[in-house]
Amino acid sequence: MTNLNGRFGIHGGQYIPETLMNAVTELEEAYNKYKDDPDFCMELETLFNDYAGRPSLLYYAENMSKDLGGAKIYLKREDLNHTGAHKINNVLGQALLAKKMGKTRLIAETGAGQHGVATATAAALMGMECVVFMGEEDTKRQALNVYRMKLLGADVIPVKTGTATLKDAVSEAMREWTKRIDDTHYCLGSVMGPHPFPTIVRDFQAVISKEIKQQMLAKEGRLPDAVIACVGGGSNAIGSFYHFIEDKDVRLIGCEAAGRGIDTFETAATISTGKLGIFHGMKSYFCQDDHGQIAPVYSISAGLDYPGVGPEHAYLYDTGRAEYTAITDDEAVNAFEYLSKKEGIIPAIESSHAVAYAMKLAPTLDKDKIIVITISGRGDKDCAAIARYKGVDIYD
Amino acid sequence: MTKIHKAFENGKAFIPFITCGDPDLETTKEIVKAAAENGADLIELGIPFSDPTAEGPVIQGANIRALKGGVNTDKIFDLVRELRKEITIPLVFMTYANVVFSYDADKFIKTCSEVGIDGLILPDIPFEEKEEFLPICHKYDVALISLIAPTSDKRVGMIAKEAEGFIYLVSSLGVTGVRSEINSDLSSIVKVIRENTDVPCAIGFGISTPQQAYDMAALSDGAIVGSAIIKIIEKYGKDAPKYVGAYVRSMKDAANS
Repeated sequence: MTNLNGRFGIHGGQYIPETLMNAVTELEEAYNKYKDDPDFCMELETLFNDYAGRPSLLYYAENMSKDLGGAKIYLKREDLNHTGAHKINNVLGQALLAKKMGKTRLIAETGAGQHGVATATAAALMGMECVVFMGEEDTKRQALNVYRMKLLGADVIPVKTGTATLKDAVSEAMREWTKRIDDTHYCLGSVMGPHPFPTIVRDFQAVISKEIKQQMLAKEGRLPDAVIACVGGGSNAIGSFYHFIEDKDVRLIGCEAAGRGIDTFETAATISTGKLGIFHGMKSYFCQDDHGQIAPVYSISAGLDYPGVGPEHAYLYDTGRAEYTAITDDEAVNAFEYLSKKEGIIPAIESSHAVAYAMKLAPTLDKDKIIVITISGRGDKDCAAIARYKGVDIYD
Repeated sequence: MTKIHKAFENGKAFIPFITCGDPDLETTKEIVKAAAENGADLIELGIPFSDPTAEGPVIQGANIRALKGGVNTDKIFDLVRELRKEITIPLVFMTYANVVFSYDADKFIKTCSEVGIDGLILPDIPFEEKEEFLPICHKYDVALISLIAPTSDKRVGMIAKEAEGFIYLVSSLGVTGVRSEINSDLSSIVKVIRENTDVPCAIGFGISTPQQAYDMAALSDGAIVGSAIIKIIEKYGKDAPKYVGAYVRSMKDAANS
């Protein structure tokens, strides 16, 4: 899917300062060396299975399916992974790669904190130093995750520039990487940034769709009719879609954060409201104004609160292979509560965007149809924020 | 052929960087004039960007102040039109790829040529991505300036061979900002540049004192200073032009002492 220069159609590329060019080239060479190396693959699979708890379950959500009265709904339980989200898949891969490259220090950006926690976890496991950049606004929304990262031995740097959210954390991590390249690997958390990151992160997350396919064939003897996942940068979505891209009968549906609505300025729905641009190392779609200034975005979900989308999603959108829809804060909060009550599963507010779309889609489909929702993370981290959203002040 | 080479015909070049619209466009105009009158050989005009990933805190601050003040690309083109009535030294824009791309690159670069901008510095366009804008720059005779960094290593020759206008040699790792010491082995990088091109080479990032201007100019064809000037503008606001003028004079003299 990727060509030599890291393009997905017109998207992708390497729009970064000269200072970083040799670092990304070194990373690409190391990745190409190790990705098919049997020892590396074995080591990673052992970490996935024995440390992260893979494979994650594919669970038939019978109550939800019956209640909605349409398609059969399965949940891909990435929330059951160690550290509580899909982020660990990518991080274990990148940390292992960084270690092979002789790096001793990991830096990362984080929005909701899940990627930061996963990176801090891998660093602790592998005896590496770790620094996580997190928008100051997000450190408030996700105070528990800040504590977890510190407990795991990481330094957490609150980023105060710009909107003090995920995009500013990415910018600051990029700046830090240009300052210190020799011993440091930038463990980027989503399928975004300069080549080779969108490809590397996708490959490490593709385990999600690989498992869905095997599990679905074992349970139902056929492929699902639709796979639904939430999209910020888009790592859990591309991981959920990847092994189905060639299976043209499987609908691939990404759910962006509409925030207060795509007709308002308080939104983070990049594909619905953005336009083509160049930012954070890639050509893709971005929320921006008429003069190319990156727009401040908003979502209740810190993990989807990003003004861009990964280049492979932009390409899947251009070609029509995947569909993208936008879910509002209200719809996501409703889905958060619904899945908790119906199935006893508290999804992350990010994943709740995918649940919300499934709640609209399932009733329109026949009972013999099957949809899979990727529950990218667990929702414990969101309880205090959702309570506040509902006007309940609980002790955080 | 652009007229950028003229900047390197008066001894060692001194190149100040100024963010347009900080604190306002009227003051920017006076600062640019003061810099030109006091020996600046070429001026880098920054078009502010919301998320300047190659900049340290000082220039980030200037970008934010300028955008809050309401500047945009069209207003900056108007500023250059005004400046060109009085100023003849080469002027280049320094901004980010998305500012050019979103304006429509052809329209942006054509307008650069019309208003009298001689070159473009885009820190997020490395050698591998220069085809994005280079054919258009050639069409309108605007130089796309190449950057070389302390980490460029084996890339130095490749970049230098195809360089146009001048080469911006980044002195240090990291982002823009004042540094007390510059430790990179710049002389060996300049040597490789010289072996590959006759295009002049100026050093920037971290330079603030006359001694540093002297040291860097001795190694190359000139010195570029951004953050130290932005700090003067931040301190004096509308009164900044005379202070920037005096600073530029001291740095130009030091570079040629």
